[in-house]
Amino acid sequence: MSEKLEELLSRRPRTGTEAIRRRQRAGSKSRVGPHLTLTPAVEDCKAKPDRTTAGNSNHLSAVNLARIYRKGELSIPVLRGVNLDVGRGEFLAIVGQSGSGKSTLLHLLGTLDAPDRGKVFFEGRRIDNLPSRNRDVLRNQRFGMIFQFYHLLPELTTLENVLAPLMIAHGTWGFFRHHRRFREVAAELLKMVGLGHRLKHKPRELSGGEMQRAAIARALVAGPDLLLADEPTGNLDRDTGEEIIRILRTLNRGQNLTIVMVTHDLAVAAQADRTVRLVDGRIE
Amino acid sequence: MYKLLLCLRYLRTRYIALASIISVTLGVATMIVVNSVMAGFTTEMQNRIHGIIADVVIDSRSLEGMHDADWHMQQIEHMAGDRIAGMTATVTVPAMLSFQYGGEWITRQVQLIGIDEETQSNVSDFGRYLQHPENRRQMSFLLHEGGYDVRDHQTGPEAPERKQMNDAGWPHRRRVARAEQFNRQLRQSSRRSRQVPAAEAVSGDATPVAPLPDSVVAVSYEEESLYEEEPADPFAARGEPSDPFAAQRAETNQFDAATEQHTGCVLGIALSSFRTPDGEDRFLALPGDDVKLTFPTAGTPPKAISDNFTIVDFYESKMSEYDSSFVFVPIRKLQELRGMINPSSGIGMVTSIQIKLEPGTDGNAVRDKLRTAFPPELYSINTWRDKQGPLLAAVQMETAILNVLLFLIIAVAGFGILAIFLMIVIEKTRDIGILKSLGASGGGVMGIFLAYGLSLGIVGSGVGMAIGLLFVKYINEIADALGWIMGREVFSPDIYYFYKIPTIVNPMTIAWIVLGALAIAVLASVLPALRAALLHPVEALRYE
Repeated sequence: MSEKLEELLSRRPRTGTEAIRRRQRAGSKSRVGPHLTLTPAVEDCKAKPDRTTAGNSNHLSAVNLARIYRKGELSIPVLRGVNLDVGRGEFLAIVGQSGSGKSTLLHLLGTLDAPDRGKVFFEGRRIDNLPSRNRDVLRNQRFGMIFQFYHLLPELTTLENVLAPLMIAHGTWGFFRHHRRFREVAAELLKMVGLGHRLKHKPRELSGGEMQRAAIARALVAGPDLLLADEPTGNLDRDTGEEIIRILRTLNRGQNLTIVMVTHDLAVAAQADRTVRLVDGRIE
Repeated sequence: MYKLLLCLRYLRTRYIALASIISVTLGVATMIVVNSVMAGFTTEMQNRIHGIIADVVIDSRSLEGMHDADWHMQQIEHMAGDRIAGMTATVTVPAMLSFQYGGEWITRQVQLIGIDEETQSNVSDFGRYLQHPENRRQMSFLLHEGGYDVRDHQTGPEAPERKQMNDAGWPHRRRVARAEQFNRQLRQSSRRSRQVPAAEAVSGDATPVAPLPDSVVAVSYEEESLYEEEPADPFAARGEPSDPFAAQRAETNQFDAATEQHTGCVLGIALSSFRTPDGEDRFLALPGDDVKLTFPTAGTPPKAISDNFTIVDFYESKMSEYDSSFVFVPIRKLQELRGMINPSSGIGMVTSIQIKLEPGTDGNAVRDKLRTAFPPELYSINTWRDKQGPLLAAVQMETAILNVLLFLIIAVAGFGILAIFLMIVIEKTRDIGILKSLGASGGGVMGIFLAYGLSLGIVGSGVGMAIGLLFVKYINEIADALGWIMGREVFSPDIYYFYKIPTIVNPMTIAWIVLGALAIAVLASVLPALRAALLHPVEALRYE
C-alpha cells in the first residue's frame, strides 16, 4: 500500500448522501429533493433517544444480546447474553473460533437479524426493534458492510456494484437526476482503493483482493458512520489480507470511521485498537 | 433504479426465461388470428343474411297467407311509422323447379318467393345480388338484351370469368328458339319421308320409328353454333297438326319463343350452375332459358299447378343456402296462379310482410311492439337475427370455445413462467441477501421480479401480437402456400363462396388479448417475487 493511497484515503470526500445530509443540517439552500433526506421515522428516532442509555457516548452497543437457533425440538443457543460497547471512531476486532457466534453477533449489530433477547443501541437509540423499513434505511445509509465472500452482484460491473446502495436509496428519477455526481463519487472511491482501472469489469473478472476492495468502496459510497466487517480477510492470502486491513486502518484513522471487524485470525485482530474474544456465546 | 437495472440484466443473461414465454407468444398470435378470422366470417355472414332478410319479418303461419297486405301495412305504419324505412309484401311457397339441360329434365326443390319488384330492394339488398347492372339499379322481370355480368361484380376483377354469361339474355333465347325451330322442322320432314315406308314395313320395323322422345328436342351448344348464319328472324312457330307436341300445347302455338318471354323469374345462382374444382362456374341454364315451376294452390286441399317462366337474372347472395333454394317471381302473377286474389275485391293475400327499419332502430323493440298487436297464433314476427339465430349463435359459441381453449394455452404458459421464475429466484438467493443487506426493502426485491415478469410478458405478447397481425394480413397468401405444400386447397371457395378469407382486426379484442397475456405473466411472477421478498437476509447470504 503506497503512501499516496493512504493520503488519498485520509481525505476521503464526504460523499453522496452524507454530504447532502450535512449540508441540510447546516441549513444551506442546496437544491436537493426531499428524497435525499432520511426518512421521517429515522429522524424521529434521533429526536427521542432511549433514556435507558442516556449519557452513553458509545457509538454502538449491545446489551445482554441472545440468539437461539431452533431446529424443530432442538434449540441451539448461539449467543447467551453479549454485552459490548463500541466507542466512536474505535476499531474493534471480535475474535473467536468457528461457530462461536461472531457472525451472528455482527448480523445482530447490523440489524440483518433480530435478537431473541437483549437490545442493540446505535448512537444511543435502540435499533433492534425498529420497523423493517427503518432498519433498511439504517443499513443503507448509516452502516457499511463487507463480507468474507465479498458478495458483489455478478450481473453488475464494479462501478454499478459500488453505486448499488445509492440506487437503492434513491428512486429511478432521483438517481438519474444526480447520477453524474454519484458516478464521480463512486469512481473516486474505486480509485482510492486502487481499482480505478477496473470500473467496467464484472466481479468474476477480478481477483479476490480486488473484489474485497470493490466491496469496501461499496460499503463507503453512502457515507456511513459505521463499518461492519465479517471476516474481511478470511478468503484472501496473507499479503492481500494485510492490504485490506491497512485500508480499513487508514479509513478508521483518517475518517474517524467506527469499525467492528469479526475475524478468527489473531494477526489480523492485532491491527485493531481493541480485541474482544467471543467464547461460548459470551464476551470473555 | 436497481430494480430496473437488475431486471434488465437478468433479462439479458437468462435466455431460458425467454423460452418460457414462447408459448405466451404463440398463444397470443393464435388468439389474434382466430378472433380476426372468426370476426371476419361472422360479419360477412351477418351482412349477407341481413342483405337477404329484412330487419323485421311478419310471417303468416298458414300457407294461404293473410288477407289484404295493405291493411296490415297501414296497421304497422300506424304503430311504428317513424321507425320504418320501407315495407314490402311477399308470398312464399315451396315449389319444384324443372328445366331442361342436355336432353334431361332437371328438377329441384325450391323456395318460391313472389316479390314486388318495385319495393323489394327497399327492404333488403336483394338488388345488389343480381347479375345485370340495370336490374341492380331497378329490378325488372323483363329479359334484357345482353349486358349481364361476365365477372362476379361482388368479388371484383380477380373472380374467374363466366364465359357463358357473355350471350345471356335475348341473344341466347333467340338462338335456343331457332335451334328448336330447326329441330322441329327436321323432325317433321323426316317423319313425312318415313311415313310411307313405315306403313308398308313389316311390324318388326315399326318399333325404331315410334314417336320421337323428348330428348331429341335438346341440342347441344356446339350444334347450335352451326346455325348461326341463319336469318335473325326465323319462321314463326306454326304448330303442324301432325306434330304431337304442338297438339299438346295448343294455346302456346301462338307463342314465339324468339321474340316473347314468359313471366320473368330470378333464380338462385346455385340452382342452375355448379362450380368446377378450378373455381369456374358452369351454367346449366342461362337468363333467356325457360323453366317450369310447380307449386301448390291456396285453399284446402292444395293442388299442384305449374307454369312456364323465363329466367331473367340470377341471384347471388353467396350464402349457398339461399343461392341454391330461392326463386323469385312477380308477386301478382304468383297470387293469380295460386288463386290468392279475391275475385270481387281484387285484393291479394300475402304470406309475409318485410319491414326495413330506419338505421339505428332497435329491431327487438319494434318486433315486441308488433307482437302485441298481431296475435301470435296467426303471425310469427321475427327480426333477421331471430331468423338466423341458431347459425349466428353457433358461430359465437365456436368463437367463445376457441378463445377459452387458447387462453388456457396462455395460462399453461403462465405455469412455465412460474416454474422458471422460481428457479431464477432460487439461483439468485444470495444476490437477494446482498441487496437486503445493502438496505433494499422486501417490496423493492419483489419489484425486481414483478418487473421481470412484466417485461417478459410485454416481449412475449408484443412479439405474439406482431406475428398474429402479420399472419392475419397475409392469411390468404399463407393459405395458398399451405395449399401448395399440402397439395390440397386449404380454403376452398366452393364451400364458402368467398374467394378470400375475410378477416376483421378489432383493436379492442387485441387489447384484451394482450392485457390478458400480460396479466398472466405478472400473476405467474407474483409467487416467485413474494418468495424473494420474504427471504431472510441472513439465510439468503449464507445460501451457497
